[in-house]
Amino acid sequence: MFKFLANLGRYYLLMRKVFTKPEKVAVYYKQTMHELVYLGLNSVGIISIISFFMGAVITLQTAYNTENPIYPAYLIGLGCRDSIILEFSSTITALILAGKVGSSIASEIGTMRVTEQIDALEIMGVNSASYLILPKILATLLFNPFLTLISISIGIIGGWIAGTTAGVITSQDFIYGIQYAFIPYYITYSIIKTLFFAFIITSVSAYEGYYVDGGSLEVGRASTKAVVYSSVIILLFNVILTQLLLS
Amino acid sequence: MISVNNLYKSFNGVSVLEDVSVTFEAGMTNLIIGQSGSGKTVLLKSIVGLHPIDSGEIFYDELRFDKLDFTHIKEIRKEIGMLFQGSALFDSLTVEQNVRFPLDMFTDKSMEEKIDRVNFCLKRVNIVNSNKLFPAELSGGMKKRVAIARAISLNPRYLFCDEPNSGLDPVTSIVIDELISELTEEYNMTTIVNTHDMNSVMKIGEKIVFISNGRKCWEGSNKEILDSDCPALNDFVFANALARQLKKSGV
Repeated sequence: MFKFLANLGRYYLLMRKVFTKPEKVAVYYKQTMHELVYLGLNSVGIISIISFFMGAVITLQTAYNTENPIYPAYLIGLGCRDSIILEFSSTITALILAGKVGSSIASEIGTMRVTEQIDALEIMGVNSASYLILPKILATLLFNPFLTLISISIGIIGGWIAGTTAGVITSQDFIYGIQYAFIPYYITYSIIKTLFFAFIITSVSAYEGYYVDGGSLEVGRASTKAVVYSSVIILLFNVILTQLLLS
Repeated sequence: MISVNNLYKSFNGVSVLEDVSVTFEAGMTNLIIGQSGSGKTVLLKSIVGLHPIDSGEIFYDELRFDKLDFTHIKEIRKEIGMLFQGSALFDSLTVEQNVRFPLDMFTDKSMEEKIDRVNFCLKRVNIVNSNKLFPAELSGGMKKRVAIARAISLNPRYLFCDEPNSGLDPVTSIVIDELISELTEEYNMTTIVNTHDMNSVMKIGEKIVFISNGRKCWEGSNKEILDSDCPALNDFVFANALARQLKKSGV
C-alpha cells in the first residue's frame, strides 16, 4: 500500500514537471509532429488489420447466436456497429496500443535514462520530463481519436465483408442494421474514452521508463510493467467512464 | 571557480562521500582521481546537482548552488558543459543535430548561424564530414569528441568530464586529454575531469584531488604526485607493474 502511494505521488510530481511552460515552443512543436508520425501514423496499419478482423468476427458470432427467425437479420449489423463503437474500437484498440506504443515509450525513455541521455538533457538546463513526455502525450491525444474513427470504419467494413461473404446476412440488411437507431453520442463516448486511454498509455509508460534504475534488464522490466499497468488502469477507467458517461 | 565545503552524500544509509572540501580553479584542468567505487562520479554528479547532497556547500564562483531552486539551477546549467562516460549523445539525432541541440533550445540564432557554430565546434574537435552520421555509426573516440563539441557549443564557463578516456585506446585518450586541456585554456573554463587513467594525470593534471573510500586523501599537482607520502595514493599511482619497477629503480 505504501509503495502504491509512493508511486502515485511520484507520478503526480512527474506530471507536474511535464506540464510546465516549454523552454522553446518551436522545438516542442517539431517534437510533437515527430511523435505524431512515430506513435500515431505508424499505428494505423496494425489498428486497421485488427479492426477489420474484429468486425468480421463480431458479425459472424452475432449471426451464429441470433439464428432464431424471430430476430430480424439487420440486428446483426446493428450489433456489429454498437459493439465496435461502444467497446472494441476504443478499449480493445487502447489495449493493443498499450502493448505497441506503451512498450516503445517505456523502453525509449528507459534506455535514455540508463545511457545518461536524460542526465545530459538536465545538465544542459532542459526540463527532461517535459521535453521527452509532453510531445508524446500531445501526439497521442491528438491522433488516437482518429485511430478510433479509423478502427470503427474498418471494423464495420470488416463485418460487412465477412457477413456477406459467409452468406449470414445480405448487404442490404447489414447496411440497414448499421443505420438503424443510430445514436451519435456513442461516437462522442468512444472518443472521450479514447482520450483518457491515450493519456493513461503515454503517461504511465513514460513514468515507468523515466524512473528506470539499472541497466538493460531493468529497461525490459519497465517495458513489461508499462504494458501491464496501463492495461489494468485502462480496464479500470473503462468501467468508471462507462458508468459516468452512459448511465 | 567551484568550491565544495564539507560535502556529505549517502545512498540508502550507505555513506559514499564524507566531509569532502575542495576548490577547483578556473582556467585550470582539475582532476578527481581514485579507484573505481571510490566516489569520484558521485562527487562530480553532486557538484552538478544530479545527486542531491545530504549536507555541505557547493559554490559556483560566489553563488551557493546547492540552495538554488529548479529555475535558477536551470539558468546555471546553461553555462555548464558535460562529457559523460558513455558520451550520452542522443541516438535519434545526427552529429549535427546533437551539437545544434543546445543552440536550438537556448538561442534565437538563425539556422545559418547555428550551422556555422556547429561546424566550428566540430572542426575544433577534429570531426569533419560526419555531420549527417548518427551516433551508432561513430567510433568511441569520435563519440567523445562529438560530445565535447556539444558541451562547448554554448561557450560554457564550467566543463565536467566523467571518465573521458574510458574504453579508448592510449593514443585516442591522449587526443581527448589534450583537447580538454586546450579548450580549458582557450575559454578560461573551470574544468573538472574524473579519471583513473595515470596517463591523463601526468599529462593534464594541473590540480589533482585524490579520493579514497569517499574521503579526500590528497590534493596537489602532477609534479607533486609521485613524491606523495599518502599510502593510499601511492598504492593507486604505483599499482601498475611498470610504474613500480621504475620507482624501485629510482627513475
